Formats: sequence, structure tokens, C-alpha cells
Amino acid sequence: MEKRTKRIDIIFYIILTLFAVIFIAPVFIVLMNSFKGQFYITDSPFSLPDATTFVGLSNYVSGLRKTGFLSAFLYSLFITVSSVAVIVFFTSMSAWYISRVKNAFTRTLYFAFIFSMIVPFQMVMFSMSKIANAMRLDNPIGIIFIYLGFGAGLSVFLFSGFVSGIPKEVEEAAMIDGATPVQMYFRVVFPMMKPIAITVAILNSMWIWNDYLLPYLVIGNKYKTIPIAVQYLQGGYGSRDMGALMAMLVLSIIPVVIFYLTCQKYIIKGVVAGAVKG
Amino acid sequence: MIKKYVGKYFPIFLLPTLIAFFVSFVAPFVIGMYLSFCEFTTVSNARFVGLENYVKVFSSSTDFLNALWFTVKFTVVSVIAVNVLAFLLALILTRPMKGTNAFRTGFFMPNLIGGIVLGYIWQIIINGVLGYFGVDITYAAKYGFWGLVILTCWQQIGYMMIIYIAGIQNVPGDMLEAADIDGATYFQKLRYIILPTVSSSVAICTFLTLTNSFKLFDQNLALTGGAPGKETAMLALDIYKTFYNRVGYEGVGQAKAVIFFIIVALIALVQQYVTRTREDL
Repeated sequence: MEKRTKRIDIIFYIILTLFAVIFIAPVFIVLMNSFKGQFYITDSPFSLPDATTFVGLSNYVSGLRKTGFLSAFLYSLFITVSSVAVIVFFTSMSAWYISRVKNAFTRTLYFAFIFSMIVPFQMVMFSMSKIANAMRLDNPIGIIFIYLGFGAGLSVFLFSGFVSGIPKEVEEAAMIDGATPVQMYFRVVFPMMKPIAITVAILNSMWIWNDYLLPYLVIGNKYKTIPIAVQYLQGGYGSRDMGALMAMLVLSIIPVVIFYLTCQKYIIKGVVAGAVKG
Repeated sequence: MIKKYVGKYFPIFLLPTLIAFFVSFVAPFVIGMYLSFCEFTTVSNARFVGLENYVKVFSSSTDFLNALWFTVKFTVVSVIAVNVLAFLLALILTRPMKGTNAFRTGFFMPNLIGGIVLGYIWQIIINGVLGYFGVDITYAAKYGFWGLVILTCWQQIGYMMIIYIAGIQNVPGDMLEAADIDGATYFQKLRYIILPTVSSSVAICTFLTLTNSFKLFDQNLALTGGAPGKETAMLALDIYKTFYNRVGYEGVGQAKAVIFFIIVALIALVQQYVTRTREDL
């Protein structure tokens, strides 16, 4: 019996290792090719760089120059961090209000937030980008406001689910002690919401950091985020600089990997919580 | 008591989110609905044309129906592939073995990489393989199709696997022990104990992969861009191209978007219905 289990385990380890290789290979191949001259990439994409094909960091240099990757990185970082902060701050307040003040209006509003979650982006992309243009929201500050509107659905939904589990008595006690609703919210309610706030923050960061179409349509002419910069490098089929593309793919993955390895525990928990409740 | 006390603080708690929601979602949605019945190039020069755009969606070209069919095929194949593989990995990784955490971490990672970047990573690899046969991914639609399936598997297996693992860990251990004592085989345990317990995870994962696949855009744009011709364009990409690559067809694009929205809403309704009836059981 013991021996049999061990043999099965060995088979499973082999299967898992095979899968792991398949999962890591794509990233490794891109990394490897980012150090090769661009014409060698299309000719022999699976061979390691050697004396003739190795070009050092020149792909990185040309990629950084062609795409303005550094500014794209800063725009992505700025837009993601500030939008997530704004979303967590405002939607948690709204969710609490909606759950505590139940009337026809807040019920309708809650339904509208849920409804917005199922509407595909293509349905609103044209009119939304025209409105953003007309209202001068087509800049890295204005887009934060747009993200608040788009992120509201899922975020309000997740926060409300959590608030309904908080006993009202705690808030009533604060009220009797003379706390104003604002004090009550920030001193008593919001600290209790920390676990769900982390989930909301992680889900929104992943979405906004990787989002392509919304920022492309709203601010894409003037400001490039990382996905827009990578797509821009593509240019016409055939004329593109493969070396620079490889280098930029590597640079786009690095921040994601660092983020993942540092907050791995929260990310997996948050993503699963978001999926199961959504 | 709380209700009255908090109620008048509406401007502080609700108004900011409400304005943003109205500007970026409610107004564009209503205008979008209206524009699907208009001919326009910008919002201000819209002229009402009734159902003309909807007729044109189907009569002007077969693009939309092709995209719909391609999307349906892709969705069916990828939902099955992702869920079967994710479930098998979850079964293996819930066994009492060393190092399963490292594997979980690794398998989940691709899920965090954005669609555009994913698309180009796989374009390089698939073109590299097809290069040995003297073709590339835009040579025939079947290459693009399977490329998208492989990419989707790579991106989503880890995510679904984590949800399945959570489900499998809820399987009561004493039930499995009792089955062992009764001499049940592994497949009997799988069929009669594990599968019934994880059925809600199966429902969640199926609908997640279903909507993810159906709405796929970034990966499609980066991997094939719809080539050859428009043969590998899925619905979202077809709508995008109708809007922005063809002057005078903005109204048709908006009509396509409305139809797309209705299909997605129907899927969501079915999901609601399925999860509700499950809870009654």
C-alpha cells in the first residue's frame, strides 16, 4: 500500500512538472529572445542566444526609446494607484449608505450597479469616450473619474455583501456616544471593512493595470499606458521591431511578477472571493 | 434609527460615486441604445433611421454572423478545455504531497498578465512553431482558433484550479474515510462524494469561463487581429472594427453592440436561474 502510493505520487510529480514547464516556458522564451537580434527571433525563436545572435541590452534601449516605456510605466502606475484609491474610498462609503438607508431609490441604484457589471464595454465605449472628450476628462486625472464610474458596479456589490454581515448595534452604540455619521463611518465601519477593501483593491488593480481599450479610447492619443505602448509597437504587420517588442514584453511582466510575489496570499484569496461572490 | 441619522448625509456618502457612475456608465448606455437607431459619425450629428442599422448588421455583410459562430465555437471548446484541465490539476494538488503550494503559485501567475501582452507572447511562440512548416498564425483560421484556445487555457487554468481546490477541500474527510473502509475505489469516491460536493464550484467556473471567453477582446486583437481577413475576429473585435475602421458604419457597430449586450445578458439570466435552483435543492 505504502509503496503503491509513492509510485503514484512520482507519476503525479512528473505530470505537475510537465505542466509547470509548459506554464513557465512562454515567459522564458520571451526573456531569452529579448537578448537576441531582431532577425534571429523570427528565424529561430527557440534557440538560446549565442555569440552571433546575442545583442546585449540593445533591444531594451531601442524599445524604451520607441515606445516611451518609462512614461507609459509612470502613467500606468499613477492611473492604477489613484483610481484604486478613489474607488475603494468612495464605493465603500456608497455601499454602506445603500445597505443602511434602504428605500426605493437606493434599491434601484443597487440594481443599476449590478446591471452595469453584465454590460459589455463595447456597448458604451463610443458614447462614453465622446462624453469624456466633451467633459475634458481625456487626461490622466479625468480618467480616474471614469474608472470610479466603471469600477462602481463590482466594488459596491462586494462591499454591500460585506456590510450586511456587520451588526447594526455597533453603529448604534457609536451614534448614542454622539458620533456623527462621518465619524461613525471612518472610525468604526471602515476599519472593519479592511478584508473586503483589500479584495476590492486587488481586483481593481489587476483590471486597471491591464486595461487596454478604455484608456486607448479616452486618453490614447496623448498618453500611453503600458498596454497601449506595447500595442503601438506592433505597428504594421512585418515592419515591426521584434527585438524591441520582446524587451517591452519582459518589462511589462516584471512589475506584475513583483506585485504577485509580494502580495500573493491576498491576491489568490481576493480573486477567489471576487469570483465566488460575483 | 441608523437609517434616519445617516440618510441626510447622501451628498457625502453617495453623490460622488453616483455622478461618476452616471457620467461613465448610465448616460453612455442610454445614448448608446438611442444611437443604435441612428446614423451618425459623432454623437451630435445623429439622425434617426429606425431599425435600418439592425437590418444592415445582417444584410450588409456576413461578418457579424461569422464572428458570432467563431465566438460560440471558441467558447464551447475553451470552456471544456479550461475546466477539465483545471479540475484535474486541482485533484492532483489536493493530495497530501510536498510542494503543492509552489505549483499552485506557478499555475496561477499567467492570470495576472494583461491580454495584450499575453497575445504577443503567444504570437511569437505559435509563429515560431508554425515557422517550421513555412506558415504563420494568419495563414489559416484554424491556427488562430487553436492559438486562442491555447492562450485562454494558459491564462485561466490556474484561476479555475484555485476555485476547484477550495471546493475539493470542503469535501468532508470522514465521508472519504468511511468510503475507504467500505472498500470504494478512487473513481467511486470521485463520482459519488467529490463531484457532488464541488458542483457549485463547477457552476461558478463554467459561467466565469463562459463570459470571459464570450467577451474576449484584448487577446484576440493582439494574437491575430482577426486575420486572415476577418475570419478569426470574435464578436467584441468585430464590433470594434465596425466602429472604428469603417466610416459611416458607426450606427451598425452600435446595433451590433446592442445585440452583443442582449446575448451576454441572457447568459447572465440563465446563470442566475441555475444558481437559484441549485440553492433550492
